[in-house]
Amino acid sequence: MSSAATGVVSIAADVDGLLRILTPQVLATLVRRYGDFADAEDAVQEALLAAATQWPTDGVPANPRGWLVTVAVRRLTDIRRADAARRHREDLAAVRGPATPAEPSNQDDSLVLLFLCCHPVLTPGSAITLTLRAVGGLTTAEIATAFLVPEDTMAKRISRAKQRIKASRVPFRMPTGQEWTGRLRAVLHVLYLIFNEGYAASTGPQVARADLSSEAVRLVRALQRALPDEPEVTGLLALMLLTDARRPARTGPHGELVPLAEQDRTRWNQAQIGDGVALLTTVLPRRAIGEYQLQAAIAALHDEAATAEQTDWPQILALYRLLERMTGNPMVTLNCAIALAMIDGPTAGLAALTGLDTRLPGHHRLDAVRAHLLELAGDPDGAITHYLRAAGRTTSLAERDYLTGKAAHLRRP
Amino acid sequence: MKYLIMMMQSPDDPVQEWTPDDVQASWAHMQQIHREMTEAGELIAAEKLAGPEATKIVASDGVTAPVITDGVYPEAKELLAGFWMVDVDSEQRAIEIAARTSAAPGPGGAPARKPIVLRPIMAAPPPEW
Repeated sequence: MSSAATGVVSIAADVDGLLRILTPQVLATLVRRYGDFADAEDAVQEALLAAATQWPTDGVPANPRGWLVTVAVRRLTDIRRADAARRHREDLAAVRGPATPAEPSNQDDSLVLLFLCCHPVLTPGSAITLTLRAVGGLTTAEIATAFLVPEDTMAKRISRAKQRIKASRVPFRMPTGQEWTGRLRAVLHVLYLIFNEGYAASTGPQVARADLSSEAVRLVRALQRALPDEPEVTGLLALMLLTDARRPARTGPHGELVPLAEQDRTRWNQAQIGDGVALLTTVLPRRAIGEYQLQAAIAALHDEAATAEQTDWPQILALYRLLERMTGNPMVTLNCAIALAMIDGPTAGLAALTGLDTRLPGHHRLDAVRAHLLELAGDPDGAITHYLRAAGRTTSLAERDYLTGKAAHLRRP
Repeated sequence: MKYLIMMMQSPDDPVQEWTPDDVQASWAHMQQIHREMTEAGELIAAEKLAGPEATKIVASDGVTAPVITDGVYPEAKELLAGFWMVDVDSEQRAIEIAARTSAAPGPGGAPARKPIVLRPIMAAPPPEW
């Protein structure tokens, strides 16, 4: 590639990054001025497309945000004119109306937009896609690729989500008072799901997918800058960094899954672990501890152990028990049993699994844990049975390969 | 999460004996479900398969000429008639779609109650790894 071509590519990458940052600001401006989220979102997407085509060759305008707002408003006017024509109406007063004089800062506006896209009137699936497009600035095609669905399907999903927001008449402002905690929790949950989606997909023979984990980290970082006094936001950012730090060691050379205890810890990202621990340290001493901080604290204990044997299992068990009381989630109870087995031996762990059969009926992970503990307890036949049962129940190919491999290994010691 | 929703038919399905009105009612019911899944951004793909008469079974050892048999296995009790591939928020939603498909009207407008097979599509491993 010639140096000129390389230059264009790098400008294109810069433009892409700039557009992603400006997307929520421009969209928020339009929503604030003209009120209609669904149409404004379409208009902004078209302005972004125009910028992505023109800026790499014509250069970035002096005021990129102003350029985007101008183009998007022009598009919004076109959209409304088309709508109006369809409805045989001429009145475009709303579009021509003056801007609200006092507009809050860009950052505040981006935040309002994030809370809107993660509103509980949407299903988590809809909130995820809308957030990635309206706040993250990803194109419909990129989101469709990330979720391995046709672009048409994703376009419909986004359109449905926007209509839902419109129909619910959610006001464009930050939630306050009693609403605040629940709405913040909904935002954090959506960002957590985006991270998990990307993290899960980073394994195995997957086609190239947009890096959703990095996108989630970017969005939570921005949220954390805007809300530095919300410990759960910081907790979620720490959790993401501490989990993502292990990503390079999570799979072997052929994409096979490597369990935590067998991972090559020299491949863990120490800088990211340092960042995660530092963040966690700033919030842990504070008031009531939340779910994400607890999970981050557990991740930190794993990340800081030099070897699997040196892991501080008593501390991990204590944290899981806190989390269990807080959430009542049977998956947490399952993790308690694993931690207990590491402290008091596999028999104690197996005993702790009793009662989970009714709470996690038919769940492959319960079978997988039981198989692992039976193996440790010296019952290979029992272990084989449960490894194979787990393999039959999992909906993940990489996990099935791992579980059938464990069973095969036990059959031929 | 993604599912393959499969509509099965028995080889001696008497659908050829339905009245045109019954066929039309069943078709309209399916079209409605199809439209809803499309509008909701849930539908990935949907196809109807040609009948058993157009089926060929191919077996090969990779060396000699493949053995080609016309038609389905005579012992097959159920055949795949068509499928939908969907991406939905929950298993519950997939079951709901399958149930409505099964309840499509049959002869005389009574629900046909065709068995619908619902199979999860393999996905990435869960993030606890």
